[in-house]
Amino acid sequence: MSLEGAIAVHRFGLGSRPGEIEAASQDPRGWLVAQIGTGAEQPVPPGGGVYPDCGTLVRQEQDMIAARRAFKAGDTEAQKKQAGGRLKIFTDEMAGRFNLGFVTARPFAEHLVWFWTNHFTVSTTAGRTLNFCGAFEREAIRPYIGDSFETMLLAVASHPAMLVYLNNVASIGPHSRAGERSGKGRNENLGRELMELYSLGVDGGYTQADVIALANILTGWGLDPRAPSGFGFFPNRHEPGGQTLRGKRYGDDLRGGIQAVRDLAHDPHTARHIATKFATTFIADQPSPQSVARLEAVFNKSGGNLHALAAAAVEDPAAWTPAPAKMRSPVEYVTAGYRLLGLPRGDNADQQIRAAMGSARAMGEFPMTASSPNGWPLVSDAWVGPDAVLNRIEWAKQVGARMPANFNAAALADAGMGPLLSPATRTAMARAETQGDALALLISSPEFQRR
Amino acid sequence: MNFDRRTLLKSLTAISAFTMAGARFAFAATPGDRRLVVVILRGALDGLAAVPPHGDKDYAGIRGDLALQTSGTGALHDLDGFFGLHPAFTNLKGLYDAKQLIVFHNICSPYRDRSHFDGQNVLEAGGTSPHLLQDGWLNRALTPMGLTSGEGALAIAQTPPLMLSGKVQTASWMPAVMPTPDELFLNQVRALYANDPALKASLSSALALQASAQGAMDDPSSKNMQPGKGGAYGDLTPLFQGAGKLLAAPAGPRVATLEASGWDTHVAEGAADGQLARRLASLDAAIDAMRVAMGPDVWNKTAVVMATEFGRTVHPNGSGGTDHGTGGAAFLFGGAVAGGRVEAEWVGLGSGALKDGRDQPARTDLRALFKGVLAEQMAVPSGALETTVFPDSAAAPVIKGLIGT
Repeated sequence: MSLEGAIAVHRFGLGSRPGEIEAASQDPRGWLVAQIGTGAEQPVPPGGGVYPDCGTLVRQEQDMIAARRAFKAGDTEAQKKQAGGRLKIFTDEMAGRFNLGFVTARPFAEHLVWFWTNHFTVSTTAGRTLNFCGAFEREAIRPYIGDSFETMLLAVASHPAMLVYLNNVASIGPHSRAGERSGKGRNENLGRELMELYSLGVDGGYTQADVIALANILTGWGLDPRAPSGFGFFPNRHEPGGQTLRGKRYGDDLRGGIQAVRDLAHDPHTARHIATKFATTFIADQPSPQSVARLEAVFNKSGGNLHALAAAAVEDPAAWTPAPAKMRSPVEYVTAGYRLLGLPRGDNADQQIRAAMGSARAMGEFPMTASSPNGWPLVSDAWVGPDAVLNRIEWAKQVGARMPANFNAAALADAGMGPLLSPATRTAMARAETQGDALALLISSPEFQRR
Repeated sequence: MNFDRRTLLKSLTAISAFTMAGARFAFAATPGDRRLVVVILRGALDGLAAVPPHGDKDYAGIRGDLALQTSGTGALHDLDGFFGLHPAFTNLKGLYDAKQLIVFHNICSPYRDRSHFDGQNVLEAGGTSPHLLQDGWLNRALTPMGLTSGEGALAIAQTPPLMLSGKVQTASWMPAVMPTPDELFLNQVRALYANDPALKASLSSALALQASAQGAMDDPSSKNMQPGKGGAYGDLTPLFQGAGKLLAAPAGPRVATLEASGWDTHVAEGAADGQLARRLASLDAAIDAMRVAMGPDVWNKTAVVMATEFGRTVHPNGSGGTDHGTGGAAFLFGGAVAGGRVEAEWVGLGSGALKDGRDQPARTDLRALFKGVLAEQMAVPSGALETTVFPDSAAAPVIKGLIGT
């Protein structure tokens, strides 16, 4: 087992499954780059089968809304039933996602998925979005982690989850037919965040007039139950006359909108913004200007090729410092614990997965439930508050208490941490009162909390 | 904060199920009416702190700051003019006075090295050396007890300890709200964070907050608030109380195991007050809670044997604690016990009497105590005791006269 093999598994991957450090040690960089591929794996629902596409989910939602309307106003029972159904869709989606994190043989690809999903945050905090969050990651993120940023940005901007989350479904061109008739108007939310958060960055060289122009360009992008993707362009809601965005004219049709999104994807500000977030996630909380510049150059030169971007992060010498660079977020932490122990296993795998989901949530993070479109924080400080640390230690202790009588924590530590296991932790484990406590000390240790 | 922690801990309950069948409490009637509880004290309890031989001429000198006083604040409970109990053992003293407690000293399993894991393996498997036997002696004893239904024996644990693991199926139970980590474990984690400023500061702050919250909740008039105000961490009461309730059920289990860790006092052990005193107070309160939960009828049919993997060094070490030793203390109590005495082959604390010049010697084999309890309390026949339950234990002859008639 090599040190770089262990770093590959822990910093870029999601923590070690049994034998993983061994497998990565021969050629750690090659092991990582080979995982990227063009698209990521798709999660499998609890109990097997496939998740429905977003078109189906949009149709289901329409049916739900129709059913609700059929009930008399104030029929709370019927409404509760609807809400419960939506929550089940979301938690079943997340169960498949968590499980994939525990078992995947392409942990770096999965980690990339998590990065991009959080970068393009949609959140259940806006009620209806709940239905479509799982589909969002499956359809707009996973297929494109090794494709181009342009393709992913377009998939994101036109996905029903995003159109609902940032209110574009309610954005109506003031001079469109629907606008003239109803007196309703534009909603700037998606137009703003598409530039501020998802592409150019907050200092990315755009004005309030540009926000309005992009919002106008995106009017008419909405949900169409008849389309397999669930996306539709509705000309009667689209602001006519074309727009000038950041000095460039765009036509007043769907093609104009697509071109506007493409141009944002290839803007140098976007390269800078994405390179910074990528380096912050995979290299260090405060990446060096050189690291950011390298990624930025690769992004620009490759036309926003995400495979090249991920490979460039792997090739950065700064990413291979032996000292841990990052605190694990709760989802990463619980996932690393399950991977270490080879969970889930046995005949109640689904229960074990749901337990991990509850633990991550109680520690303060759950996918696609961030409180703002900023997403979950990228830097370590967010996860080392006193209560958070105590929560993690208690979780570690309880996981230790569940180990069978004859298991060997020291062997598990050697296999799962390799050269990253510190002498202090090794000594503390050897002195622990029980094997369960020894495991709990490993999971509580700084080198396991960090990556 | 508490709500979140409860949610967190509750959410964990499913993890355990991958190693166990899950507890079922539709108990069938089990043979016999007597109850046996085994309490495993993991981490090596300091026998000289729990059961101070205050009458030994060398005791006060050799123990130094760890010596307990015979009078004044924090005085030990005298038992027989020679041995005493730690001041935190208020309820155990009550049991002794009611002739329901026998204290053993200079006792140990056949294990003679100093590894917790190996020592616990010998204690629980019942072999003569580590990893010789793959199942636990208490599980092997279930067959001659007739408790093979899968419901006659209960582990108060997420997964049954080795002592109760083996061919015969057993049940497991834990309270819905699980105990917080004990102080000793948290101190071990704190030591791991010594070179990690962020984690170190957060943990210190969290513990300070928790301690002050606990202080506000404690009722100063509670009789369980013994020296050091036990209970802030690793409260054992829910476990022991739960065991008592389950054992009280007419068709409930007849055998149960309980585990308590937090005894590995290498640093700042304390004497009448301090880390170990708080842990002992927590244990003492939990034992009383179990007695109350059982009710007098069931308590009178109960024997509880409490042992640790080995003892600790006689001399304090350089950091106010004690290190891994050999001989130590064990306890047998309950309404069924013919108690009120100390059983010890005492040879003094002089350097010639100590094993390797540092440990209490092992003059009594714990297996002799276990065999005696199994024989008299649970009617396990001698043939089974000497063959399947404790093979190769002829050197540990059954101790007699433990259980009243």
